[in-house]
Amino acid sequence: MKKMQLSYKYINLMITVVLFFALFAAGSVLYNGFFSTQVLLNMLIDNAFLIITAIGMTFVLIIGGIDISVGSVIALVCMLSAYLLEMQHLSAMVVIPLMLLMGFLFGLVQGSFIHFFTIQPFIVTLAGMFLARGLCYVISIDTIMITNPFYLFVATYRIPLPFDNYISISVIIALVLVAAALYLSNYTRFGRAVYAIGGNAQSAMLMGLPVGRTKVLVYGLSGFCSALSGVVFSFYMLSGYGLHAMGLEMDAIASAVIGGTPLTGGVGFVTGTLFGVLIQGVIQTLIMFQGTLSSWWTKIAVAFLLCLFIVLQRIVVSKKERTKSIT
Amino acid sequence: MMEKIQSTWNRFTSSRLCWPLAALIIVLLFNFFFTKDFFAIEMKDGHFYGVTIDILNRAAPLMLLAIGMTLVIATKGIDISVGSMIAISGAVAASLIGGELEYVDGVKTLVTLVPMPVAIFTALLVTTLLGMWNGLLISKVGIQPIVATLILLVAGRGIAQLITQGQIITVYYKPFQFIGTGYILGLPFSLFLVGLVFGITFYAVRKTALGLFIESIGINAVASRFAGINVSKYIFSVYAFSGLCAGLAGLIICSNVSSADGNNAGLFIELDAILAVSLGGNSLDGGRFSLVGSLIGALVIQSITTTIYALGVPPEITLVVKSVVVIIICLLQSANFRKIVFSKWTQKRGIPGEKNAAKL
Repeated sequence: MKKMQLSYKYINLMITVVLFFALFAAGSVLYNGFFSTQVLLNMLIDNAFLIITAIGMTFVLIIGGIDISVGSVIALVCMLSAYLLEMQHLSAMVVIPLMLLMGFLFGLVQGSFIHFFTIQPFIVTLAGMFLARGLCYVISIDTIMITNPFYLFVATYRIPLPFDNYISISVIIALVLVAAALYLSNYTRFGRAVYAIGGNAQSAMLMGLPVGRTKVLVYGLSGFCSALSGVVFSFYMLSGYGLHAMGLEMDAIASAVIGGTPLTGGVGFVTGTLFGVLIQGVIQTLIMFQGTLSSWWTKIAVAFLLCLFIVLQRIVVSKKERTKSIT
Repeated sequence: MMEKIQSTWNRFTSSRLCWPLAALIIVLLFNFFFTKDFFAIEMKDGHFYGVTIDILNRAAPLMLLAIGMTLVIATKGIDISVGSMIAISGAVAASLIGGELEYVDGVKTLVTLVPMPVAIFTALLVTTLLGMWNGLLISKVGIQPIVATLILLVAGRGIAQLITQGQIITVYYKPFQFIGTGYILGLPFSLFLVGLVFGITFYAVRKTALGLFIESIGINAVASRFAGINVSKYIFSVYAFSGLCAGLAGLIICSNVSSADGNNAGLFIELDAILAVSLGGNSLDGGRFSLVGSLIGALVIQSITTTIYALGVPPEITLVVKSVVVIIICLLQSANFRKIVFSKWTQKRGIPGEKNAAKL
């Protein structure tokens, strides 16, 4: 029986991982040149910013909240760093920490509003989303190109790997964050408090866990992650523009959900989120290799998959509930 | 007499329409002092013109969405797919009507691919079906509303672009433009649409047991099922209705700009709709709801937007101002915020209700 429970807890995660490899295998069979490590690494390179955002989102979803301001914060970070680098000629060493601090504070303020004034997370982060997107346009309504040497270096530098493969610095940042998030969620007090709050905030409070502090910090973490993602995104795009990262919050939520984190809170896997992003990457790559399909098919395919996953999760859960009620 | 006024006042301040109305009045008062000719309404060619009429006209799609969204939120749900459904509705209607300029005997004539009523009916049918799909996922499969509608949010824009083949379809057919820009009795036609939908909905939820059932489901769905309410049927219908409202709003928006843009039509309007419901004093946790409140909420949002434009604020600051206003309104509506900020003030002055209690 114990074995059953264990497999149930991880079943969503397992389905995600299996599906990722199945899609990758399907691509390898269908298209020439699909089966290579570089194609796999490209998925990481192209989605490094999404991985970072989605990890912050995973924590928010685990406590049963939601943060839809992430896409706008990314755009704001791109815009502001482009402005500071190009117009104010600040050093990248000053700009990057400043951006991370700003993102963290932005998240903290949102978290405080949610916790202390008990306003719905959806509404608070919605206002945050408008605010960040609006601030982008206040800075400039045009694109600002980034020509800072450090940014150019990071953007173009390729870390060589064996067998003629390479990855970018962004991938390293994303993977380090994944490792840190794994440690944070599984081996720290903070992580346990996060899961406990998601399970039942009232019980967590009665247990003596610092509910308020953890909640505010989780939103701060999400803000920090989106700021970091913004920095990585500005390496990727080398420009600041008010329309950058439109709708990215939905991609991040979709990644977390495909990775086995339900929006009810209490459950969630950082590894799952990583694979959730990779599945979206595989779909994009498949459509790219197919050649004749347009980009809107990506959206439809991701949505179809999302639907499949959630229905599957439901079936598994209802089956478990049924066996529980019988016993 | 004083006591009677006092009690009416107390009843008013404790009603949930108080805060949304206060917000609307503040925005309007602000305009009264700072915007020129804000309340001026003039008659031109048998149509009423004026900033207030403009606000009402432009708020029409948002009000329609807010009506549907109110019922959805009252059942403790949320529908974030309405923006995509607007895009789909516009895309379906525009691609069916098509409308090409053809020269018949040297006269410009507009030709539709299918009769307009058929196109409108199909667009509404499609969005209602999509709403039903949402409802099916939520009521029968038991998926969380935000996740179920997230699927359509992601897929919807893809589908809309599929219908329009990634192009912006322009509608040249004149009668179709009447929906968004026409006037009846001097008032915009879209307002009559809103009035009709509001009237029917209000009648259904306040004069029949439907409203009671919806509130009961929002408060406790399990208890409602045990009480004999067919919970899944009502949840299903509420999402279908929200789809229908979104379809209508999509038609208005599409006809207003005479084109369908699968990518940008109704972008982020779902957030405005949820905001309208929330500003209207409805809790996003479901339970009691107020359709009038949501309409007021929609008007507040549109008034803020119009005010910002009327003041000549650069459009790029619009979003910032809007978000700040939203935050302030939300803070004022939060009981916790009022307690923390105003508690000292009320302690000093004493609360009128407490004095009366002491007398008794």
